[in-house]
Amino acid sequence: MTKQQANWSPYDNNGGSCVAIAGADYCVIAADTRMSTGYNVLTREYSKITKLADKCLMASSGFQADVKALQKLLAARHLIYQHQHNKQMSCPAMAQLLSNTLYYKRFFPYYSFNLLGGLDNEGKGCVYTYDAVGSYERAGYSSQGTASTLLMPYLDKMLKSPSPLLLPAQDAVTPLSESEAIDIIKNAFAAATERDIYTGDKVEIVILNAHGIRREYMELRKD
Amino acid sequence: MFRNQYDTDVTTWSPAGRLFQVEYAMEAVKQGSAAIGLRSKTHVVLACVNKASSELSSHQKKIFKVDDHIGVAIAGLTADGRVLSRYMRNECINYSFTYESPLPVGRLVVQLADKAQVCTQRSWKRPYGVGLLVAGLDELGAHLYYNCPSGNYFEYQAFAIGSRSQAAKTYLERRFENFMDSSRDDLIKDALISVRETLQGEKLKSSICTVAVVGVGEPFHILDQETVQQLIDAFEIVGEDEPPAPEQGEAAAPDQGEDAPAPAPAPAPSPAPAADEGAAPMDI
Amino acid sequence: MDQKPSNCGLPSLEADSQRTLYPYVTGTSVVALKYKDGILMAADMGGSYGSTLRYKSVERIKPIGKHSLLGASGELSDFQEILRYLDELILYDNMWDDGNSLGPKEVHSYLTRVMYNRRNKFNPLWNSLVLGGVKNGQRYLGTVSMIGVNFEDNHVATGFGNHLARPILREEWHENLSFEDGVRLLEKCMRVLLYRDRSAVNKFQVAKITEEGVTISQPYSLKTSWGFSAFKNPTLGAEGSW
Repeated sequence: MTKQQANWSPYDNNGGSCVAIAGADYCVIAADTRMSTGYNVLTREYSKITKLADKCLMASSGFQADVKALQKLLAARHLIYQHQHNKQMSCPAMAQLLSNTLYYKRFFPYYSFNLLGGLDNEGKGCVYTYDAVGSYERAGYSSQGTASTLLMPYLDKMLKSPSPLLLPAQDAVTPLSESEAIDIIKNAFAAATERDIYTGDKVEIVILNAHGIRREYMELRKD
Repeated sequence: MFRNQYDTDVTTWSPAGRLFQVEYAMEAVKQGSAAIGLRSKTHVVLACVNKASSELSSHQKKIFKVDDHIGVAIAGLTADGRVLSRYMRNECINYSFTYESPLPVGRLVVQLADKAQVCTQRSWKRPYGVGLLVAGLDELGAHLYYNCPSGNYFEYQAFAIGSRSQAAKTYLERRFENFMDSSRDDLIKDALISVRETLQGEKLKSSICTVAVVGVGEPFHILDQETVQQLIDAFEIVGEDEPPAPEQGEAAAPDQGEDAPAPAPAPAPSPAPAADEGAAPMDI
Repeated sequence: MDQKPSNCGLPSLEADSQRTLYPYVTGTSVVALKYKDGILMAADMGGSYGSTLRYKSVERIKPIGKHSLLGASGELSDFQEILRYLDELILYDNMWDDGNSLGPKEVHSYLTRVMYNRRNKFNPLWNSLVLGGVKNGQRYLGTVSMIGVNFEDNHVATGFGNHLARPILREEWHENLSFEDGVRLLEKCMRVLLYRDRSAVNKFQVAKITEEGVTISQPYSLKTSWGFSAFKNPTLGAEGSW
């Protein structure tokens, strides 16, 4: 029998986009809920956002199986941390752990594009943005995933954040209010969905502030 | 002075069919300060007495969270207890990694017992010198187990281990029939009274006891000291008014009962006479 | 000199292989949905050797323990290997004899780890699996692919079913489907697959799992009509065709 399939690949791209914005005392992190493979939509209700610690959330797009493995690994590591230290991991600590975890698989990477959002030890919003092999930086806002190239310039324009090139370094956190940030995210996803076939169905928005965690949803185009 | 010929090795039987080293390990459990557990249909409460080994030191931790649905209280060698609770934590993490659901309590207890049993059958090992009260919740309800160094395990409605635990057991035996339908707070109250029973006249304060709860809708957690003090005050169970009757035999021993690995003389006096008393205490 | 191009230390995929690099005997789509009392699942009984219809009575839906139902498309030998894993898993679970048992959620999670671990070893199990079940009144329906991609949904399908059955299910599925309506909906999907998926055969099993347990139907076939004129002469009226 002749071989009928193309060569097997251990990777797939299941699409999806994520956005996170840090404010002075809040952090908003959002992702669409579509999961697709090629031109197929696998499901319209897959949450890409997980809670890693009380004040730390991760949104991930890319290859779902890798993302799931990464989430489970971090959850287990966080349990161990809690047993050993009797407290929740801080967001900056989790950011470093995520980087190390990704780099550990540098030569067979997790095909996942992550955003970490949360509150730091001072209660200030923080966003960390990654590549698949673990290099990361703290930012005031960021986007990841299949529509990141559409989302990022929109955020640049709307968020009135000081340029990261300014010297001395300015605080990257946006001066906007929580509700303004949420509106910007909703607009950004509505726009990205128009052009990116891998983004759509619904956007899940998670808001983290001193009061705790709140979730909002907005329907997106289903086509 | 006679010497016991059959107690130098864990794997050596006595002609009477006993393993002395294993029994000594179970003696170590009695040396530790008391730990108590009791359960209703929906909740399990663990409580323990904290004893500092010296005026200058703090006490050792005797209740450990294993997972959201399981916790343990220990009596005996705390160092062994820590090792075993780390093992249990790992088992829980591994199980939920594979199955995305909590490890059934009964299964963890069997795994733990099997681990203890191995140490009773290897010449190069020693049995764990710790008894564990395992409190947990699974789809079949609330459970309380006792694991002992011999590798035996038992499920209980209520139980107490450690020094002067007999007083607590006596109290629990009088009351256990009502526990099944007890509220969470009533269980805590009974736990605190049981703790007081073991204190022999000392005043019950939150500084000398720890209480932990697990139940439906309530992940395992150790109550903080203020909460415990408030409960003690609310229940008016300070103690001292009723000094519990000294226990048979045990009370006589100057109880240095603390969980630090006490210098070895402890087992020597009691087991030797026990050797010719017949019934093997193996299954307790 | 004259070296083979290195592939970055990844295991060589072609030379004297002990892995599934491509499937031999395959089953086609599985379609499943939640209905009022549980899960319904359907699959045909064909086993294809490339484009040859090699086997005609392959059972591709199997019960797993008391609460779960597993359907598979893809390499049939790999599916049988998976069944051996699960037999062992359920056996060990029963041996505890303590009243606890693995539900569909646990089995699905386990399968997800098995599939993903095998892909990590570059030695995949060449299947798309559908796992459905009911335990403690909770319905569960999920799927796993050969590289470990997994999700839950109210209705799922593998292979061609993703293209042809799921659009129908998205139109017509609702939370309170009765058993009869559920079977009718599945049959509608299977009929479309039969018409348009060349490796589908007209011999099916439909399986049901509820709190009471598993029932897998005897094989049966669907009524089809090929009398539609465009089927008889598909190029009639098409300019420039023979």
